[in-house]
Amino acid sequence: MSKSFLEVDGLSKVYPDRQGGELTVFEDIRFALQKGEFVCIIGHSGCGKSTILNVLAGLDEASTGNVVMNSKEVKGPGLERGVVFQNYSLLPWKTALNNIIFAVKARWPSWSKEKVREHSERYLKMVGLDHAMDRKPSQLSGGMRQRVSIARAFATQPELLLLDEPFGALDALTRGVIQDELVKIWEETRQTVFMITHDVDEAILLSDRIFLMSNGPNARIAESVKVNLPHPRSRATIFQNPAHQKIRHYLVDFLVNRSGSALPEQDGSPRVVDPSTDELTSEPVPAESETKTETTARAVNA
Amino acid sequence: MASLNVRAALLSVSFLILALGMWEMATQPPAATEATSEYELLMGVSGSESRVPPPSAVIKVAWAELSNPFYDAGANDKGIGIQLAYSVYRVLTGYLAAMAIALPLGFLIGMSPLMYKALNPYIQVLRPISPLAWMPLALFIIQDSDASAIFVIFICSIWPMLLNTAFGVANVRSDWVNVARTHELNPFKTAITVILPAAAPTILTGMRISIGIAWLVIVAAEMLVGGTGIGYYVWNEWNNLDLASVIFSILMIGVVGMLLDLALGKAQKLVEYKE
Ligand SMILES: Nc1ncnc2c1ncn2[C@@H]1O[C@H](COP(=O)(O)OP(=O)(O)O)[C@@H](O)[C@H]1O
Ligand SMILES: [Mg+2]
Repeated sequence: MSKSFLEVDGLSKVYPDRQGGELTVFEDIRFALQKGEFVCIIGHSGCGKSTILNVLAGLDEASTGNVVMNSKEVKGPGLERGVVFQNYSLLPWKTALNNIIFAVKARWPSWSKEKVREHSERYLKMVGLDHAMDRKPSQLSGGMRQRVSIARAFATQPELLLLDEPFGALDALTRGVIQDELVKIWEETRQTVFMITHDVDEAILLSDRIFLMSNGPNARIAESVKVNLPHPRSRATIFQNPAHQKIRHYLVDFLVNRSGSALPEQDGSPRVVDPSTDELTSEPVPAESETKTETTARAVNA
Repeated sequence: MASLNVRAALLSVSFLILALGMWEMATQPPAATEATSEYELLMGVSGSESRVPPPSAVIKVAWAELSNPFYDAGANDKGIGIQLAYSVYRVLTGYLAAMAIALPLGFLIGMSPLMYKALNPYIQVLRPISPLAWMPLALFIIQDSDASAIFVIFICSIWPMLLNTAFGVANVRSDWVNVARTHELNPFKTAITVILPAAAPTILTGMRISIGIAWLVIVAAEMLVGGTGIGYYVWNEWNNLDLASVIFSILMIGVVGMLLDLALGKAQKLVEYKE
């Protein structure tokens, strides 16, 4: 097996249930990420996406299996893996800038004060918040806080960036703006990103591949969907690509109709699908019912 | 319409005038012709001395005392400033000693469920003990009245600080601790840069409660051990039957207590944060 940047092998998470038995949230999760990839994972609430991400971050432990990054086993949290939490997790007693300085200082302890500050300001500027750098998180809107949080993660230049529904708590307009920013930063830095989302359009806009998780208990990563759309992408024009519609139909169909029964390949790795070229396995969703399906898909995942 | 503050101030002043007026009226000396009661004769006090002094008398004492607060004319005659300074010194010494133990121990208990379970029974038994109950034991072991008073302050101010520190530390949001973990901060750095600022408002609340209790207890402790301090002063003036001085020192106890609380309140403001 050729070595990938990140290899996840046979992860499972088992909790004792109330009757003295066991509850397997997910099992035999295996996948690999290449350097510079942007991968999103979609699945219904409770199937274990956050748990998988926390295992990658080293904040949680899997019951079985292991994670290897750069040929080294992940055993705990580390600066080479940056995390953006859903609730921003900024330190509320520090200003926006000091939150970033905190991270940059931890990453490069030998840097001079000036260098740390200059580097931190640059990343705050990247998310368009240089005017708000002396404000505390409580004085920032939800969208601004999440931008600080993203700036903090990018500023430490981790080898792998983990984002857990980073825009889940934001209104649609703000979400769009920050998605654009994330696209821009990612085109600049080409970070390797692993991101959880419940928004199909967001996943298509950002990812190279989308992992589809089946429902728990005993959830699996059933499919790996290729997003065959050229970079750089833009929220305004991406819809015009015919491949976009195909991918979108495929994802919505999975979430609505197939997530209960979908299974990966025999060897446990996700089935690779490219909806832009492959024949669709199911009927395309009729045009007039599409909006309804979309809301259903979002509602179940919210 | 005047602002709320102005109206409140006006009302406060009117209440004060009203109360002082009623107090003054109620404590007028009786007409000279009135016969002294048998009781008063028995007690050997004449009419005016057995009464609560009027505010004018208290103000006179206050004026005299405050115009020369630091005079020292022997063991039983020291200025109010010196007496208060003794008390504040004892309170601060005992309080700082309690802080030196309560904060690290509280951190330990807050961070370790094992330590919490192991130490909690002792805390629960020791905490409800009236601090003055320790006094005889302290006097016997320490053999020094001044240090015993300080020990009593120590023992009464340690509990709120200890419990609040433990509670504050144990309840730091796990997200913030995770931020420290993902940035590979060592335990010491995590404690200083994340847990301490996160728990500081709760810790300061405990410290504010402690200083209040310490100031309440010092008066009683000094009445017991004697010698110096505002508690001793109150008791001494009572023995001298100088009620005007007693009332004046009661007011001073209130003022100093308020200042101590105000100082801790300011410190609390400094570490507060909004989520
Ligand atoms: N301590 C626990 N005991 C039992 N089940 C748990 C425990 N913690 C989490 N779970 C279960 O693990 C599952 C996965 O949770 P999570 O990873 O947050 O899912 P997702 O992020 O996909 O919504 C949930 O169904 C939850 O009920
Ligand atoms: Mg989740």
